[in-house]
Amino acid sequence: MNCRRWLIPILALLVTSATALAVEKSIILQSTTSTANSGLYDHLLPIFTEKSGITVHVVAVGTGQAIKNAQNGDGDVLLVHARSAEEAFVAEGYGVERFDVMYNDFIVVGPPTDPAKVNGMKDTAAALRMIADAGVPFASRGDNSGTHKKEVALWQRAGVDVASASGSWYRETGSGMGATLNVAVGMGAYALTDRGTWISFKNKGDYVIAVEGSDDLFNQYGVILVDPDRHPRVKAVEGQAFIDWILGAEGQAAIATYTLGGQQLFFPNAK
Amino acid sequence: MQDFAESFSLAFGLVLAADADLLEIIGLSLRVSLSAVLISCALGLPLGAAVAMGHFPGRHALIVLLNALMGLPPVVVGLLVYLMLSNAGPFGWLQLLYTPTAMIIAQSILITPIVAALSREVLEQLHDEYDEQFRSLCLPPHIAVAALLWDARYSLLTVALAGFGRAIAEVGAVIIVGGNIAHLTRVMTTAIALETSKGDLALALALGIVLITMALSVNAAVMGLRASAARQAYA
Repeated sequence: MNCRRWLIPILALLVTSATALAVEKSIILQSTTSTANSGLYDHLLPIFTEKSGITVHVVAVGTGQAIKNAQNGDGDVLLVHARSAEEAFVAEGYGVERFDVMYNDFIVVGPPTDPAKVNGMKDTAAALRMIADAGVPFASRGDNSGTHKKEVALWQRAGVDVASASGSWYRETGSGMGATLNVAVGMGAYALTDRGTWISFKNKGDYVIAVEGSDDLFNQYGVILVDPDRHPRVKAVEGQAFIDWILGAEGQAAIATYTLGGQQLFFPNAK
Repeated sequence: MQDFAESFSLAFGLVLAADADLLEIIGLSLRVSLSAVLISCALGLPLGAAVAMGHFPGRHALIVLLNALMGLPPVVVGLLVYLMLSNAGPFGWLQLLYTPTAMIIAQSILITPIVAALSREVLEQLHDEYDEQFRSLCLPPHIAVAALLWDARYSLLTVALAGFGRAIAEVGAVIIVGGNIAHLTRVMTTAIALETSKGDLALALALGIVLITMALSVNAAVMGLRASAARQAYA
């Protein structure tokens, strides 16, 4: 087999695929699985692209990884949900400025048999303590994502040391929201999830929402332009155009009109 | 377990409808993995032949290394290529991260050791058989390599298919360096991972069935070519 004559077409292929990208106006948005999996971007981005001519490529990973990728300059805009980590990102000079974009809320979901007797509770900390005391399995993201950070903070507030229970009733999946919900449903565990992912999630089985509606389950999303002074290859003009649009009247209205099964998933709250 | 029945009918429906998104994903999967196989052959076959025929210090260590590298974890390869191509890395200026090219590079790194190690095995056995004849004819090494590669072409085709199988099936490397971006770097395996994470297990399995069918088709096509070529050779 002589592979040498194939080399030229391959190299041509490599070169064309690289240049094809350079021609079209596009930005890379480092974002979270919760926003992407809910279908929000499939609703929002075509509207923005239509108006601006800028294509937005979404890399959907956990908030921790999204922030790390943006720190490396591998993205132009960051849209995630972990306020303190976002503020640290800006303070350390990786991002220009952080803006509130939208919110939804977290919920605790669990099996319909409700072995920890927490269904319908409004006090998240108390509910988590009851899950811990009953030793009922709880599936955690365990991946340093925005949802995971929120969950860790909630356990702290509840005064439960989950690190010592890791591997027994507290089970860290180390994977994304959907994968963790698959695990939770599979093992009859409780789990913390954002409402958007839950509404769009298709493998719910007979799972129900156990805890919702308390103030400490608020889930704020923020948007940040990666600092072009730090990473000169950041497409600052196009990135800023996207941020201006999503914070403006049109982008905010587009967020509000996205529904799934008749339910609104995200609530715009840019100032 | 109605997921299975549902998945088969879904897979069937997807293929019959020739869904544009699905065709795009299938096309990119084939383009990335076939490119990676060709690059791996261009690098791995000469390397395998050199190790098979050569006598040099450290040869045995190199064989052990090549064999071990067949088990390279895709996620580690993905991470290494990410760190290289990242804007914070040494090759950031190439602007290749989150492009199909980055995925081809990662898969090439993954399967070149497979092609090299397996072709070394095949060629060494053939070389043992031909060695005396080569020496009696005083063939220069590059002619001998060409003769070996040509006579082993059918076995080497299977080697290339082994590499292709590894490339088309892996998800760990391409999801890190490609980013699973819709209409840009989404391939079959990353699409399956995405649908699984959305909890749409039936659709994920349906895509899996399509992927396996794709791999079958490529293998059948190559084997068909091989059979017709063999018939011509002996006709």
